[in-house]
Amino acid sequence: MKITRRELLKTTAAVAAATAAGMSIPKELQAAAKHTEAGWRWDKAVCRFCGTGCGIMVATKGDRIVAVKGDPAAPVNMGLNCIKGYFNAKIIYGADRLTEPLMRMNDKGEFDKKGKFRPVTWKRAFEEMAKQFKKYYGQLGPTGVAIFGSGQYTIQEGYAAAKLMKAGFRSNNIDPNARLCMASAVAAFIETFGIDEPAGNYDDMHHSDTIVLWGANMAEMHPVLWSKITNRKLSDTKRVRVVNLTTFANRCSNLADSEIVIKPNTDLAIQNYILREIVYNRPQAIDWDFVNQNCVFATGYVDIGYGLRSQTDHPKYKKTELDTASREAFKIITKDEAIAMGALGIKEGDKMEMKHAGQAGNHWAISFEDFKKGLEPYTLDFVAVLAKGDPEESLESFKKKLTDLVDLYTERDRKVVSFWTMGFNQHVRGTWVNEQVYAIHLLLGKQSQPGNGAFSLTGQPSACGTAREVGTFAHRLPADMVVMNPKHRAMSEKLWKVPEGTLNPVVGSHFIKIMRDLEDGKIRWAWVQVNNPWQNATNANHWITAARDMDNFIVVSDAYPSISAKVADLILPAAMIFEKWGAYGNAERRTQHWRQQVTPIGKSMSDTWQTVEFARHFTLADVWKEWKIDDKNTLPDVRAKAREMGYKDSDTLYDVLFANKEAKGYAWPDPIGKGFLNSEAAGDKRNVEGFKGYGFFIQKYLWEEYRKFGIDHAHDLADFDTYHKVRGLRWPVVDGKETLWRFNAEYDPYAKKENHGKFAFYGPAGKEIPKGDLSGPQGEEKVKLPNKAKIFLRHYIDPAETPNAEYPLWLCTGRVLEHWHTGTMTMRVPELYRAVPEALCYMSVGDAKKNSFKDGDLIWVESRRGKVKARVETRGRNLPPQGLIFIPFFDEQVFINKVTLDATCPISKEPDYKKCAVKVYKA
Amino acid sequence: MPERRTFMLAMARGLGAASIGGLAWTGFLDGKKDYPTVLRPPGAVAEKDFLATCTKCGLCVAACPYEALILAKPGDERPIGTPYFHMRENPCRMCRDIPCTVACPTGALDRSLVSGADDHGSVVLDVNKTRIGLAVIDRETCIAFWGIQCDACYRTCPLIDKAVTVEYLRNERTGKHTIMAPVVHSDHCTGCGMCERACVTKKASIFVLPRELAMGESSGRYVKGWESADEERISGLPEDTTTVTPRSEKSPLDYLNAGEP
Amino acid sequence: MPAMRAYRFMLLRRSSQAAILGLFICGNLLGWQALRGTLSSSRVLDTVPLTDPFALLQIIATQHSVASDALLGGLIVILFFGLLAGRAFCSWVCPLNVVTDAAGWLRKKTVLHVSGSRFVLSRKTRYGAIGVSLVVSFATGIAAFEWISPITMLQRGIIFGMGLGWTLVLAVFLFDLFVQRDGFCGHVCPLGGFHASITRFSLIRIRHDQGKCTSCGKCLDICPEQQVLQMVGKASGAVTSGACTNCGRCIEVCDDDAMKFGIRFSPAKQGTRSAGT
Repeated sequence: MKITRRELLKTTAAVAAATAAGMSIPKELQAAAKHTEAGWRWDKAVCRFCGTGCGIMVATKGDRIVAVKGDPAAPVNMGLNCIKGYFNAKIIYGADRLTEPLMRMNDKGEFDKKGKFRPVTWKRAFEEMAKQFKKYYGQLGPTGVAIFGSGQYTIQEGYAAAKLMKAGFRSNNIDPNARLCMASAVAAFIETFGIDEPAGNYDDMHHSDTIVLWGANMAEMHPVLWSKITNRKLSDTKRVRVVNLTTFANRCSNLADSEIVIKPNTDLAIQNYILREIVYNRPQAIDWDFVNQNCVFATGYVDIGYGLRSQTDHPKYKKTELDTASREAFKIITKDEAIAMGALGIKEGDKMEMKHAGQAGNHWAISFEDFKKGLEPYTLDFVAVLAKGDPEESLESFKKKLTDLVDLYTERDRKVVSFWTMGFNQHVRGTWVNEQVYAIHLLLGKQSQPGNGAFSLTGQPSACGTAREVGTFAHRLPADMVVMNPKHRAMSEKLWKVPEGTLNPVVGSHFIKIMRDLEDGKIRWAWVQVNNPWQNATNANHWITAARDMDNFIVVSDAYPSISAKVADLILPAAMIFEKWGAYGNAERRTQHWRQQVTPIGKSMSDTWQTVEFARHFTLADVWKEWKIDDKNTLPDVRAKAREMGYKDSDTLYDVLFANKEAKGYAWPDPIGKGFLNSEAAGDKRNVEGFKGYGFFIQKYLWEEYRKFGIDHAHDLADFDTYHKVRGLRWPVVDGKETLWRFNAEYDPYAKKENHGKFAFYGPAGKEIPKGDLSGPQGEEKVKLPNKAKIFLRHYIDPAETPNAEYPLWLCTGRVLEHWHTGTMTMRVPELYRAVPEALCYMSVGDAKKNSFKDGDLIWVESRRGKVKARVETRGRNLPPQGLIFIPFFDEQVFINKVTLDATCPISKEPDYKKCAVKVYKA
Repeated sequence: MPERRTFMLAMARGLGAASIGGLAWTGFLDGKKDYPTVLRPPGAVAEKDFLATCTKCGLCVAACPYEALILAKPGDERPIGTPYFHMRENPCRMCRDIPCTVACPTGALDRSLVSGADDHGSVVLDVNKTRIGLAVIDRETCIAFWGIQCDACYRTCPLIDKAVTVEYLRNERTGKHTIMAPVVHSDHCTGCGMCERACVTKKASIFVLPRELAMGESSGRYVKGWESADEERISGLPEDTTTVTPRSEKSPLDYLNAGEP
Repeated sequence: MPAMRAYRFMLLRRSSQAAILGLFICGNLLGWQALRGTLSSSRVLDTVPLTDPFALLQIIATQHSVASDALLGGLIVILFFGLLAGRAFCSWVCPLNVVTDAAGWLRKKTVLHVSGSRFVLSRKTRYGAIGVSLVVSFATGIAAFEWISPITMLQRGIIFGMGLGWTLVLAVFLFDLFVQRDGFCGHVCPLGGFHASITRFSLIRIRHDQGKCTSCGKCLDICPEQQVLQMVGKASGAVTSGACTNCGRCIEVCDDDAMKFGIRFSPAKQGTRSAGT
């Protein structure tokens, strides 16, 4: 059956996909490389930057990228770009590209942790890297090593790294920077729907009547999508409504009919107010047919801590940090919290012990009556006072905005899409706020339909495609599988052709935990790929000290010298996007591939190559022996089984994982790559240290093996060649057709197959949960929830740190349109650097006056953890209310993550970059 | 009287030399006055008056905390010794306390031009009254008009949403996107030049020109019927309403009596 | 030490010129408060204004009103030099003085001074230049000398960047070297002329003691404004002409101790007021 289907898929995919996508592609725009008279070769690619996934065309001449243009045939952007995209042609040509491996060495040419960086050969680099790996791996086992992965990996890179780490080294310590941006969305998708990623797609922006932004500054962070929303608004200015919920006035407010400035963390309370209003005062708005058929009510523990260290007096904490750190053990209930959690019998002044920090994700089914009871305290009067973010706004005006918002959600024929990004995800209750917005949509039956739904936007270009779908997380395997699940491990072992029992069942360290483990000496070898963790992780001072002063070995692969490279022991020069074959998956589940356009700069090589080459240094005897993981878990010696499978102890991980028989079946040259380079398959003109190529089409092999995980598991992807003929496809791609709205039987073949009426929330995870009431799970009985989504009850609680007399201001961090993340690429584009040369401290006029600051004054921004200098700006793009400042994180001169707090959502482990308490004073 | 003759001769020679020197000098200076594109510090009086009253002392330049003001050197193609901005490199940051204007001892930078009444009616500095020039946009090279989501100028504008706004135009080509076109408003634009620096095109597509160069002037005898404040624009027009064209310059009698048609 | 003694005022003057320039540089570039601006206009300790009164006069000639700060600054300068220091601006403050002195020294060291010059400019030219400055200011509406003054050009150049300004400074140097001894400062410069005309009555003066004088003529030889020393060899008394820059060179070169700094009114009432006509 499967084989026939796969064959069918291959033959029909290309044509059918184009048809299904509704594209009538003019011949000259079809995805085949075109040569122009100027001798430029144009070929399709994807923008390097955000999760929008704009298609671009890249022109090369003389092995250099000479121009880019928006791809008019790309459905997402139809030829348009934002200014970062506009500069794709320049990002790989910064003057300080890393061109050769660099290692800290002493004068004798030996590795020396305290030495200066000096150029070394790749051979020397890998030898030292492997030597150090073996040392610490031998001492500490699979948990002693880690990889910082990325949502900016190409899919193949992420897949290769995950495979090496999980199947080769048997370590789950691989976690991407997507943990810092999408983890809360993921956790809520899994808990609510049992499967990851949005139901809808960008077409929702054209269908909807109401766009509600919850902590998403799309005008700057998703500009091309914002232009779609703007277009929708212009098409019917009276009917279409835009609401901007935010903690400070930003550029989205321009278009918005309503700007609701809220106090940090109170989005939870507002969601509960909306739910209460629906349940108590507008029950007719509830789509009971939808709810009864497709939903179940659920709740979980409230005493789950803040994702800080469980040892609240950890010796590495500074004295000033201890107060906030103690919140992980207990908190004293405030008046607001007491009101909010009134239904749980919690009183003001109570000491709430964080007893369920270890079971933060546990939840159970409750009745609608309990759900209703839990919402009772969230009255307009309570929530408005709690949530109003701008002291200068009147309570009446704020209340009016909230009731108007409820009107918009509940109006019967009004289509509503809620969008969010980091405002929700980077949140000490990130999973909860994600879940609560689904609760609203599910209760109203406004989900998984064109123009109706809650839509989680993605920050990174392949947070979905690589980090999430490939599963480069500490707990994940490809296609939404998890390491804890024996069936998932078994299936992965089978597809990876590794012995049963190879995979480690214990969840690895998440991103921030890897940092903490480095500080604790539990991890002593780390490899950074496509990522800048020492600039982008919260509470950075700790991690910088840990990297430099502890006994460990840190490898950073990057194209440019970053903060992370600065703290590393070994730096490997990485090829950039157009210097390698690759694929990204965007926020609407669209997978897009591109070909290698040019030879990488200097001696830099792709991350895939680096991962695969590193694998050569390990034999099965090194890694597949017995390993003790913790007191309960020991990984078995699987070498005997390996021998049964035909492997020899002396086989390297390279032979087994990457250059196996199947891989070699993918020949290079391949017609799809005719006329194009493939530095990995065939080497290139540089002949880097004599590398002549693997001789097979490794990227295609990795893709074809990877996609087997998803087929028939609602994650179906098309074959490699198809993607080179179309402008991306939204998965699941079944019978050559992409899927527009998931869970909707009209569009989604998987939903149709369930035969469960119009909708089927068929995601398989968490579909058997205990029953209980507001106080907790009751009895042993478990309820099965096939095809159902969960409507959660989640309570308001204060964040780990709130402003006080000593630290009177909220600090919120984020991005600006002109710069990408830590600025590694965009700060090297002269035009973008000129446009925004430094990160400013956006502050209200009131707070500036109070502190006698003038615009442009250099001030210290100090928290309990660290301080940075920044210039005051009271005018311009962001206008915070009194009591809050905003500082972007792109500028390493304004190293704001030295100030932020490493509290995370206890479920998703995603840090909260949006709230901690700071003081400010003149520098 | 040879002595007297010598004296007279010397006088005449002196006067002649002085006249020649003076005339040459005058011509030289007159040429130097013709720098229409120079951008002066906040509070600068009209260029003609500025050139007369600026002593080229550099106090304003020294006062600028961003080192944005430049004192023109010979060869800068600006009046030597006078302060000016090069917006593309280092624009005016619009300090609320306007240290450059305040530093000027001669009144070439006039505080009253950048002052207004505060809430209590007392006169205070108001940097938003600055009129260094006016930003103008080349819509053909501006990538926002192509549909690129740029607006770097807009976001960097200290008077965002007043001096620069975004005009939403539907992108007819795609039918699904919006062109967000920056528009400058002369009633708020201070000419600070932040936009010119921020512009990402090779040569800035938004740039500051002195207001006299950048602005037209509407006719005096028409008022926008749909804008009540527009009447103020024409207050102070001359009483005489007569108009003359080549067709009307002859009196009716002269015309009528002049020959056959 | 004798060498030091022979150049004691020279060293002091150079120190004064350097210190003033140094304070201006620190004030403008490093934000020191002592002195900011340039010789045209400046501010002492961020409060006291100083303005070049000749520049002020030119602005007035353009028929523009001037802010009171500048007027006050001009008045302070006039009072200081006019009542106290004499034409010391030219030799103790003006940075161009270093350039013209250098030209004068080189002229002496070479044959240039022997070969003489057929071109002799009247010392009164500078007063004519004042007049022309004002007329041109009036005619063009811009402060005429301020636009071409090599003095401020040099000082601004040192502080804010020279650009092509060095050409004008070089021209002055060459003029003094080849064309006219003490040509610029002693003959052409209207600012020098202006200072000469306002300092007729200033207090600090060079005094000559006829009793000690051996009429060796060294003072006359070194003086950039020889005409002010007409009493030498004739009578004791103070230099009364405003043209004297109080540079002190005559004191340094006098082997007979016949010259010294003093005040214009002799306590000993020795000597009579020289005929100044």
